[in-house]
Amino acid sequence: MEITTTRQNPLIDPSLHVWHGEVAAYLFLGGLVAGLMILLGAYRLWKPERPRSQALARLPWLVPVLLSVGMLFLWLDLANRLNAFRFYLILRPETPMSWGAWILLAVYPVSLAFAWNESPAAWRRRALARWPRLAALARCSEARQRPLAFATMNLGILLAVYTGILLGAFAARPLWNSPLLGPLFLASGLSSGAAFILLFGLEDEERRLASIVDMGVIGAELGLIALWLLGLAVGGLAAQSAARLFFGGPYTAAFWTLVVALGLVIPFIGEAIEYKRRATPGRATALFVLAGGFALRWIVVFAGQAAGWVGQVAGK
Amino acid sequence: MKGPRYALAVDTRTCVGCAACVIGCKEENAVPLGTTRDWIVTETSGVYPALATQFRSERCNHCADAPCVRACPTGSSHYGPGGTVQVNPAKCSGCKACITACPYGARYVDPRTHTVDKCSFCLHRLASGKRTTSCQEICPTASILFGDLSDPESEISRALARRTWTVLLPDAGTEPQHYFLK
Ligand code: SF4
Ligand code: SF4
Repeated sequence: MEITTTRQNPLIDPSLHVWHGEVAAYLFLGGLVAGLMILLGAYRLWKPERPRSQALARLPWLVPVLLSVGMLFLWLDLANRLNAFRFYLILRPETPMSWGAWILLAVYPVSLAFAWNESPAAWRRRALARWPRLAALARCSEARQRPLAFATMNLGILLAVYTGILLGAFAARPLWNSPLLGPLFLASGLSSGAAFILLFGLEDEERRLASIVDMGVIGAELGLIALWLLGLAVGGLAAQSAARLFFGGPYTAAFWTLVVALGLVIPFIGEAIEYKRRATPGRATALFVLAGGFALRWIVVFAGQAAGWVGQVAGK
Repeated sequence: MKGPRYALAVDTRTCVGCAACVIGCKEENAVPLGTTRDWIVTETSGVYPALATQFRSERCNHCADAPCVRACPTGSSHYGPGGTVQVNPAKCSGCKACITACPYGARYVDPRTHTVDKCSFCLHRLASGKRTTSCQEICPTASILFGDLSDPESEISRALARRTWTVLLPDAGTEPQHYFLK
């Protein structure tokens, strides 16, 4: 069967690459922020009394900062940027992008309050001396340290899962159209978050915790990727042709080397060796994980748009 | 369902793929260069020498269960009069979720307004009292039928009752309201 369309130019056909690198960058940063929120919340909840490293007291401030960078990318991808406020005039429960927009908004107050609570006491005193008006707000936030840590963690989970569901809900894009994308992006976000934390000067015990988490989620990611591709390969025609993008198609080399080998398998082995030798986890493996997480979002965003239903015709 | 249910049908037996409908639409709706609201698909099937070619004039299917409407975070893409699917440019953020969600590639970003656009079933013509879409009006072989499916006596209802027809990608679950008469 041969199909020709007289649409003006396949290069500008809207089915090809509607979303660009900005969306991939946002999804990566969103996942990274979500992973940070989950882990930082967890450190607070599970080791509340132990003395903590400087980094853990400061890192929470990066949550709203990195999220803002991500949202900036998202905003840059909008064709009609002046209408961005329209996201916040309505909540559409059946639209993942709509509740995603509201989740992003909710992250700000919660993560700011959490970051305040985690900050060193001396620093907070100085800040209050300079801005005494914040005192009531600060007291209110400090009185809720555990609930805020809990909220930060759960918002992080929501944020990570939503980025996957956002893509997974598109029935028109067979590569994305899988319920496994939610958990896969959660795992990859957690792993990016753990790797990011490992870049900073943590106490040894904290590092080891981050690296255990990282190894666990890398294992989960490998399993989820296998299940996701298996689901496509045994699916219908559209799903099978989407799977071919990674098995012989144009994204094969990039996916298997950047995402699977460099981003998952090699750092997993590196971390396992370090763990066994009880060595301090190095920064190199963490950088590999971060690059792999970025490659995963990038390739999934672009490959997903290269696969579609367009061109297939209803049965005779 | 109360009220009209607008639909469009293309007779694939008489369509010759001349693309007059594409030109007519461009003219009527001032469709910017590089984008299209309707297009022609030529499909050749069979094994040589028993080949068959079908020409189809295609456009937005005005799906009854439209994934583009479901994907739109601002409510800009919505169901309009007669069950058609419309875009309100004043609400559109240009997030392109609807373009990604449409399995038919029916939508584009208008480079002038930076908002999404597509076939509207020429609602503005209906509103001004005309009974045809511009693609229908210009078609030299009268292969395009447009009308109200809730009226069993309309030309399109009678054609769909009399002839066999198909829709595009029925498995996508979108309930297209754009029919192809065989
Ligand atoms: S064809 Fe595409 S744009 Fe038109 S209603 Fe269906 S999903 Fe929406
Ligand atoms: S591009 Fe416009 S019409 Fe399409 S989903 Fe986004 S806001 Fe809605």
